[in-house]
Amino acid sequence: MNGTPRDLPAGMEGSHELEQWILTTRLADYVAWGRKNSLWPMPMGLACCAIELMAMVAPRYDVARFGAEALRFSPRQADLMIVAGTVTKKMAPAVKRIFDQMPEPKWVISMGACASSGGMFRSYPVVQGVDEIIPVDVYIPGCPPRPEALIEGIMRVQQLVEEGARAAQTGARAGRPAPAAGTR
Amino acid sequence: MPVSGKPVARPARPGLLEFTYLPSILKGMWITLRHMFRPKVTMQYPEQRWSLPDNYRGLPALVRDEEERVKCVACFLCEYVCPPKAIHIEAQEIQTGVEKGPRVFEINMLRCIMCGYCEEVCPEQAIFLTKEYTTVGLNRAEMIFPKEKLLEMGGIRPDPIKKWQRLTSKQGPSETAHEPVCAGRGTAR
Repeated sequence: MNGTPRDLPAGMEGSHELEQWILTTRLADYVAWGRKNSLWPMPMGLACCAIELMAMVAPRYDVARFGAEALRFSPRQADLMIVAGTVTKKMAPAVKRIFDQMPEPKWVISMGACASSGGMFRSYPVVQGVDEIIPVDVYIPGCPPRPEALIEGIMRVQQLVEEGARAAQTGARAGRPAPAAGTR
Repeated sequence: MPVSGKPVARPARPGLLEFTYLPSILKGMWITLRHMFRPKVTMQYPEQRWSLPDNYRGLPALVRDEEERVKCVACFLCEYVCPPKAIHIEAQEIQTGVEKGPRVFEINMLRCIMCGYCEEVCPEQAIFLTKEYTTVGLNRAEMIFPKEKLLEMGGIRPDPIKKWQRLTSKQGPSETAHEPVCAGRGTAR
């Protein structure tokens, strides 16, 4: 094939002849692509939402299609924490500690009403939203959310990974804006 | 004391073949192989979706009637009945002069548990649970849905009772005709 500009795909006119065969990328994008397609969730199953979390991993919804089927019960091996269920004040230190044990970069999905905002438990033993103790990336409403909603959340996390939204924030985690105050 | 039930016998010592674990491995592989030819159960989610029943309870939304009027009259019943107190309403006067309406109507979708009490309690049939169930949010503030968004989600639902027509048309003649029933109702209000 001789490299006349007509042979090049649309949008690539004027670029080098070799670019037809060589795919170039930035290292950061390549790493993000790898991370995005192999999220290893840490199932922080605390209540009934965990049942839907298990349903998501089961063959019917099969999260292996998104590369996130390797649920790791050791925080050292996980990079996505799915907080599924009511976070009580007694459990909060453990959730915080497990989050701290996860290696960077890490993402958090807050699954369901209880984890996201306390839900219907407006009471003293329940943390009113897990984002009061750990930074949350994606919130999923529902009581409990359907497995499809959780898959939607995982797809949203993949989007975040791809955008590299967190890469810039890794150092600035301490300066993260506080959770939005509102009708809780 | 007599023994109740039948005790289980201890399994016999495995033979030489069992010690190689080959029969167990082959048995397991046979089960895996059989599953390869069974019908596939996976639902390819983003492309393929579950067909929802008519009474599915998803996120709540406000509806308008066929003349684009907000049906909600800010009676605060849904706010009162809501178990997680996800609804926040502020009332205002509206132009028709016979009812009030919501100035602020917010539902915190992260509090909402989709129980359907609001739909059940609403005397004006103004709030319904939609079939929306895959919404996710990136922060808490964006998951507090304002009135405009809720109305957009709910769309238009025809009102079989024609309440507005009755109330606004009766107001004109009742002032001249002085019907006792209407007068009584007027003073009672």
